[in-house]
Amino acid sequence: MSFNNLDNLYRQVIMDHYKNPRNKGVLEEGSLTVNMNNPTCGDRIQLTMKVEEGKIADAKFEGEGCSISMSSASMMTQAVKGRSIEEALKLSTVFSDIMQGKEYEEEDLDLGDIEALQGVAKFPARIKCATLAWKAMEQGLKEEEDTQ
Amino acid sequence: MNAREIRELFPILNQEVNGNPLVYLDSAATSQKPVQVIESLDKYYREYNANVHRGVHTLGTRATDGYEGAREKVRKFINAKSMEEIIFNRGTTTAINTVAASYGRAHLKEGDEIVISYMEHHSNIIPWQQVAKQTGATLKYIDLQEDGTISLDTVRETVTENTKIVSIMHVSNVLGVINPIKQIAEIAHENGAIMVVDGAQSAPHMKIDVQELNCDFLAFSGHKMCGPTGIGVLYGKKALLEKMEPVEFGGEMIDFVGLYESTWKELPWKFEGGTPIIAGAIGLGAAIDFLNEIGLDNIEKHEHALAAYAIDKMSEIDGMTIYGPKDAGMRAGLVTFNLDDVHPHDVATVLDAEGIAVRAGHHCAQPLMKWLKASATARASFYLYNTEEDIDKLVAGLVKTKEYFSDVF
Repeated sequence: MSFNNLDNLYRQVIMDHYKNPRNKGVLEEGSLTVNMNNPTCGDRIQLTMKVEEGKIADAKFEGEGCSISMSSASMMTQAVKGRSIEEALKLSTVFSDIMQGKEYEEEDLDLGDIEALQGVAKFPARIKCATLAWKAMEQGLKEEEDTQ
Repeated sequence: MNAREIRELFPILNQEVNGNPLVYLDSAATSQKPVQVIESLDKYYREYNANVHRGVHTLGTRATDGYEGAREKVRKFINAKSMEEIIFNRGTTTAINTVAASYGRAHLKEGDEIVISYMEHHSNIIPWQQVAKQTGATLKYIDLQEDGTISLDTVRETVTENTKIVSIMHVSNVLGVINPIKQIAEIAHENGAIMVVDGAQSAPHMKIDVQELNCDFLAFSGHKMCGPTGIGVLYGKKALLEKMEPVEFGGEMIDFVGLYESTWKELPWKFEGGTPIIAGAIGLGAAIDFLNEIGLDNIEKHEHALAAYAIDKMSEIDGMTIYGPKDAGMRAGLVTFNLDDVHPHDVATVLDAEGIAVRAGHHCAQPLMKWLKASATARASFYLYNTEEDIDKLVAGLVKTKEYFSDVF
């Protein structure tokens, strides 16, 4: 494998999110909070979300980890803000399919920056890095749905 | 010893990974296997696979001889007094759990102390956490000095007459530090405590003499010393093992079974419930033969030289942080590091693209990572088949990694 293949993993947009993370921080107390870590490597994320009338009004993350896990968290918060719970969970399923290298149906979902993470599918050891933030989002929204 | 010739005996090393010749620098996680070990497993399954200690038939006898013969090889390897002191099990984790669950639960009560250190692997932390919870005993940590070593003065301050168990790793899987086990054991014994040693990172790399160390228990794993996965050893002093209850009950470990009561076999079999790890033990025996042929002293010398060379070359890279003592004489054959702001996973991915296998993460030592104030680190670890050329490739790979990420940033 040459360094050109690495470029499929470390796309510029990914490195941009890593260097300049969007939605970094913690929302005020009382927000939906999920702490998740990847016990095999030590990556960790704290995701806070504000859900209003079935929509994700705001989302922020804090954490420590590699470029893939942190840029994925940044992109995820960007992608789900303003979406309904249903849409966000759908997006999460699509993301999971992308990570597994499966064909996915875009329909009317605009993937935006997330598309840049497609290259991760070719690096099986790094898929868990990319999915950490998404798993946190899923868990949080499912808990929210259950309490409704 | 000639590492280049030794390398030829490891078939797996003769391959390309991602278009580059494989450079395997992750032996502290698991070592590769020489052809002698692979063939010993093949021969066992092709020629004399049978259950042990029960059959009258010929294959059963051959398998029993192979299994018990491996036990004798292990006994000699660590200079234990008798084969009764050698218990086969799944590995270091199982061995330490056995001591904690059997000896620990029987001997600990509220007010007693278990002493470990900040550098321990999770397998030498959690079994003690659990037994402390179950018995009301207190778990105490020996603090480390700035360079990551253990000072005997700190050990003396931490171990008290309430201490019943001291359990320390012989060689750190992160810092590479070689701990003064013999002296720590002395302090433990002066206070009436027993000394447990996690030998996972020492047994593969240096001569161990349990009588010289005067430890009460020693745990190690076969797969880190050229043997198969799934086999490990618990050494224990006979006087202690005799008084201990088994933790697994069932076939193979019993003497007489009644409807409501049973009695156990004598040592070491009372600790080996179920059909034992026959092939694994035979493979471990072959690994010990192999290591003895090369000589543990030669292996240790070779790894010291590699560590010194690696520390030297890696220190020249700008932005390199190396953890643990800088004096190569104080450490075993591994180097844990971080490169600038590049996350260790990203370092490991770029190196992998060059065919270089290193470990990245917390190395199953989260308390130590906290102590180092690092969420993760990368680690290159060496064994008898590694050469200076491997380290040159690692250094070149690290320079490329740095360049690669300086471009994207």
